[in-house]
Formats: sequence, C-alpha cells, structure tokens
Amino acid sequence: MLQLGTKDLAKYPFLAETGQYLRDKGFNLEQLGHPDWKPIVEKAYGRIVVAATGQIYGSDIEKLENLDSEILSFVTAIILLKSTGISTLIKRFSLAEARRAEKYLEQDLRSKDERKLDFPLKIIQDLFSVKVVIQGDDFVIKVTDYLKRSVHFHEREWKLINRRVEKGSVFLTSHETVRLIRRELDAYINSKIHSATTLSIPETFKERVADLVALAQKFSATVIISTEYPPCIKHAIEVLDRGENLPHSGRFMLATYLLAKGQTIDQIAPLFKNAPDYNERVTRYQIEHIAGTSGKRTKYSCPSCDKLKSENLCFEIPECNGIINPVQFGKKRVTNA
Amino acid sequence: MLEKNVRFVEDAFKEYYFNNFELIHVPPRTSEREFGYQKFNAGMTRHLGIKNDKELHLLLMTQIPSDVYCSNAYYSFPNLPMSEKDWKEADLIFDIDVKDLRLDCRKEHSCLKCSTCQNIRVQQSSCAKCGSDKFETISLTCQNCIIESKKQVKKLVEILTEDFGIKNEEIQIYFSGNEGFHIHVTNTEYQNMDSRERADLADYIMFNGIIPETLGMSKQNSSKLSLPDKEEKGWRGKVAKEIFGSKSKRPKIIQEILTGGYSFFQARLEEMRQTIGVRIDPKVTMDVHRIFRLGGSINSKSGLSKVLCKDLESFDPFLDACLLDDKKIEVLANCPLSFKLKNQKYGPYFSETISIPKYAAVYMICKGIADVA
Repeated sequence: MLQLGTKDLAKYPFLAETGQYLRDKGFNLEQLGHPDWKPIVEKAYGRIVVAATGQIYGSDIEKLENLDSEILSFVTAIILLKSTGISTLIKRFSLAEARRAEKYLEQDLRSKDERKLDFPLKIIQDLFSVKVVIQGDDFVIKVTDYLKRSVHFHEREWKLINRRVEKGSVFLTSHETVRLIRRELDAYINSKIHSATTLSIPETFKERVADLVALAQKFSATVIISTEYPPCIKHAIEVLDRGENLPHSGRFMLATYLLAKGQTIDQIAPLFKNAPDYNERVTRYQIEHIAGTSGKRTKYSCPSCDKLKSENLCFEIPECNGIINPVQFGKKRVTNA
Repeated sequence: MLEKNVRFVEDAFKEYYFNNFELIHVPPRTSEREFGYQKFNAGMTRHLGIKNDKELHLLLMTQIPSDVYCSNAYYSFPNLPMSEKDWKEADLIFDIDVKDLRLDCRKEHSCLKCSTCQNIRVQQSSCAKCGSDKFETISLTCQNCIIESKKQVKKLVEILTEDFGIKNEEIQIYFSGNEGFHIHVTNTEYQNMDSRERADLADYIMFNGIIPETLGMSKQNSSKLSLPDKEEKGWRGKVAKEIFGSKSKRPKIIQEILTGGYSFFQARLEEMRQTIGVRIDPKVTMDVHRIFRLGGSINSKSGLSKVLCKDLESFDPFLDACLLDDKKIEVLANCPLSFKLKNQKYGPYFSETISIPKYAAVYMICKGIADVA
C-alpha cells in the first residue's frame, strides 16, 4: 500500500486509498446532497463536460487551492456518471482523467527529488506491473513489457524498430513511459467507475444528471460509407485477376474483408477462379469456414493494417487516413455535436 | 507420390528411425505440447499428446510418418481441439528459408516439373511435351545457399543476444532438413508474448517499418540531421555502418541525404531492408499455435534430417544431415542438374536407370526427380 498525502490523492483520485481518505474525513453521500455542497456537484459536472469535449480537466496541481474539493469532485463525478448509465460519457471521462493523471505522473517522474520519484514508479509497478528503471535521462523497461503495450499504438514511432533496444530493454523518455500505460490507466479508471456502487442519488444531483444525458445525445454520430475498396483489397483482386498467385494471408484478408462488407459466399468464391491452384469445392469450404458457417463456427475478422504491413500486403495511400483496419476505409464520422 | 516410391521411402524412413532412436527425442515439457504428423499422400493428423520418447518411437514405427511436428506452444490440454487447449505460452521460433533470400544461384540449381505431364525442364517456358504452363519448381539447394542462409542465422543470433538479451544457451539452431534453418528460443521471458507482439518483434528483426526520425531526420525539418555513429548499439549502429562505410565518406553521404530529403532517405532505408534486415519468415514467428518440424525427424521434401547444428560454421547439411544408409538402389532418374551429397557428386541424369546409394535415391525421389526403377 502506498503512503499518500492529500495532494497525491488530488492528482490520482482513482487510487484505492481515496476510499480510506473519505472515511477518515467522515464524508458520505447524504452530506453531498446538502445544498452547501452544490459547488462540488458543479465542479464534478464541469469535470465531466470538459472530459466529454475531449479536453483535460485542470492539470496544474501546484495552483490548486482546495485539494479536498479536487478529490470530492472526482467521486461526485463518478456518482453522476453512474446515474446517467451512459457508457460513452464514462469512456470519455475515464480517458480524460487518465490523461490528466498522465501529466502528473510525467511531472513526478521528472522530479529531481528522489522521494517524489519513488511514488510514480511505484504506481506504475503496483497498478500495471511494469518495472521502470531510471538510467540517467532514460526510463528503461523490458522489451516484453514494452511490446505488450506498444502493439496497441498505430503510430509507426511506437514500433519496436523505432526504439533504442539493448540487452532486452527499451529506452524511453518520461513522456513515452507514461503514454505507454495510458490505455491501462484508462481501463483502470473505467473499471473503478463501473465497480463503484451508487444506491440512490440525492435530489440535488438529478438536474445535472439530466443535463449530462442531453449532452451525451449530441455525441451520437452519423457514419458515411464510401463504396471504394481500400488499396490492399484492390491489389489482391488485381493479383487474382491477372491469374497470379495470391498468398494464403492475402486470400484470407480478401475473404474476411468482403464478408465484413456483407458479401455472400456465392459472390466471393468466383473472385478466386483465376488463382493458379483454384478448386471450387476447396475455395467454398474455406470461405464458409472463415465466415463461421462451417467448421468450428468461429467467424474470422479482417486482419489489422499492422498485420497486413508485416505480411507485405499493405499498399497504404493518403486516403487510408490513419485507419487501423481495412474495413474502416472510406468511413467518415460526422458528429452531431 | 507414386505408390512404389512411397513404399520405398517409407521403408527407408522406418529403418532410419529404428536405427537412430538416440537422435529423436521429445522436447522438454512434453506433456504440454501438441504433436502432429503427416503420411505420404495423406493429410495432417494433429492434436496429439505424446508423453515420452517411448511413445514417440512407437508412433514412428507404427505410422511411419513422412513428417513429424511438435508445437512450440505449451497447453494445459494439448490433445483437445484448438479452442479448448488452454494456451499457456510458446517458445520463440524462427524460420530462415533459402527461397526467401532470392539468391542468383537459385536459377542455376532449379528445374521445373510440369504439373500436367510431370515432364522436367530447365527453361521457364511452356512444357515442350504437353504445352501446359503450370509447373512446380524443384530446387536442389547448393553450398552457396547454405552459406548465405548461415549469414542470416548469424545476424539473427546477434540481434537475439545483443538487442534482446537472450543467452546463447537458450538458442538452438537446427538445419531444417531441406532449404534453411530453424531457430528455437526456449526458457525466456519472451515465451508469454502473443501473436501481435511477436509480429512486431519479427518486424524489428527484419528491419521493417523504420522511420527516418529514428535515425535523426525529421519530416518537418529535413535539413537538420543527426545521423547515428557506427559505434552505437542496435539498428542505429548497423545503419550507420551500412550507409557510411568508411569514415572518410561520411560528409559526402550526409550531403547526399540532405539533398535528397526525407522521402529519399525513407526510400534508402526501405532498400536497406534487403541488405541488413534478417530474412526470417514472419508468419512462422508470429504463429503461436504452429506445429513445427520435430528435431531429429526426416524432412520428406528432401530425405535429409532436421538436426541440431552444434557448430554452425563447420556444419555441412549435405554431410551432417544426410543420415540414411548407402545401400545401392536402382532408380529411374530424370534430373537435368547435378548435386552433391556426402561429398559425392550426382547427376545430371536424363531419364536413365542408375544405381546410387539409398540416401541419394531418397533425396531424388523426395525432390520428385526420380522414381524407383
């Protein structure tokens, strides 16, 4: 268990120690319902609204005057969010709070004060089981710990080849170290919110809950889909059209992509007719297997762009626009906000 | 394969297995592994559990498989269907295949076998006998292929030890039994990695996906360069050695890169993948459910064995992995190329009946260039 001060909890209010802090201070839900606590409810509401618009709520802890209200507004925000029951809001909130905590973690990691340094390292180790060793200006972690997290990033800079790697270790900056665990921090906060129990909420909260429900409706999005095939799929079709051999991984990509786009086995099978080893019965069997209509009934999804890059099946063009799976090609989200 | 060939090759394999039990062992943690095998002209039998050497030897004697495989993965229930096996972890495996090196020598020791009439020719044209243009390529691997693939193995081992901190004693190098090498890495922290993590590890080894920023050039300001030094560790040092060569060339080359700009440098790095990247087959490394050829077993593509290379430098597959006996056998050979086994040159043969040692007969039959007479 970490030994935390109020300031630490204001920075990282999602830690388990917050529960003990509330008990020590004698705070409870009934109290929060009192009109005197309205400013906390407003602060909590503001915290969610900021998060919902994709921004990060107040990050300069040194300037914070009331640490208690920082912690309480986080707890109240969770109650408000749980009452709305809207997962989009919860997701946006947990991500924004993760990014807020990231800033503090990064500040703490850069601290020259060794006592302060122990604390972020211990959070990273205790919550996410990543051992970070500081060597000069570098933050060093094991290759395996790095890969477990970096594979979820789609920017090329996160590929292992774009990192300094020595004797099983990866060398990072404080910013990169913290960025690496954002997803887990987000998931951790998200799970904390989901596991929080709220019985009945005070009357004074209800108005803001209704406001949040109205806010969430604005985030629903319309998706516009183009009928154009992504370059990897075009390439695969061209190879087959020319009667050349498309490797197994390419055939798998083509079949899973077209199935995901709603094409039937009857529509897909003829595409393989020109393949040098074409056999109608085998082709149909394999597509049925991929579609999950035969065999173990597992429906296979289209491989990610990352995987296709590794298999030399990716022919990225600007229109790919940072997608992570070919099925996303040509989709445009238009938010109603 | 023709029935008479199958009977002959199976007999040879059975005899080999019977006489060489000491070479064929189950790998450690046997009861957690999945085994599989193939027979000539038949599909794969997999999801088998084998407890010990005795059970393995019994399988070899009763089934006389053409090929035997064992999982790199460890499971709670290796003999259940894949979805119920309960995957625990998997050894890291690498496959270096001469085919992927695209060496110039390959065309000199390859011939084409017509898929329609089985006629064998050297030239890449339609079949002179039946006119079909569908064919299978048969390659009789040469010493140059082996030298080049050994270079790839050495590059791989250097990355595994220097960059990934894997100890030499955890790395086993095997000749694959046909056209390359298999590298097994056991007992490391890398065992737990999933397929995506292994794919990125494979990209690292292959020098795939490097961006100019990693080597000191930014997209926004490509006139500012801080290229690596040859003394640096990892890929930065290797790239520096590759682009600068000797020290005196450094200023000239920096100027060239500055003039060419970001996309020029990116294209240059892309080209370097072929020279400095290790040519592993990424599909093998990223597969955590694969059954991989078992050490000590014979590869039915050649009749040579998958054997451990104790000393890679001196290892000669055409001698050290050629373990069948030399009893004379008559075959009808149609092999327009020559090849060497156990320091003895064979071929070319033009549809002629010849009497050759069993190891050479099996090699040619497995390659599809001879039939039992």
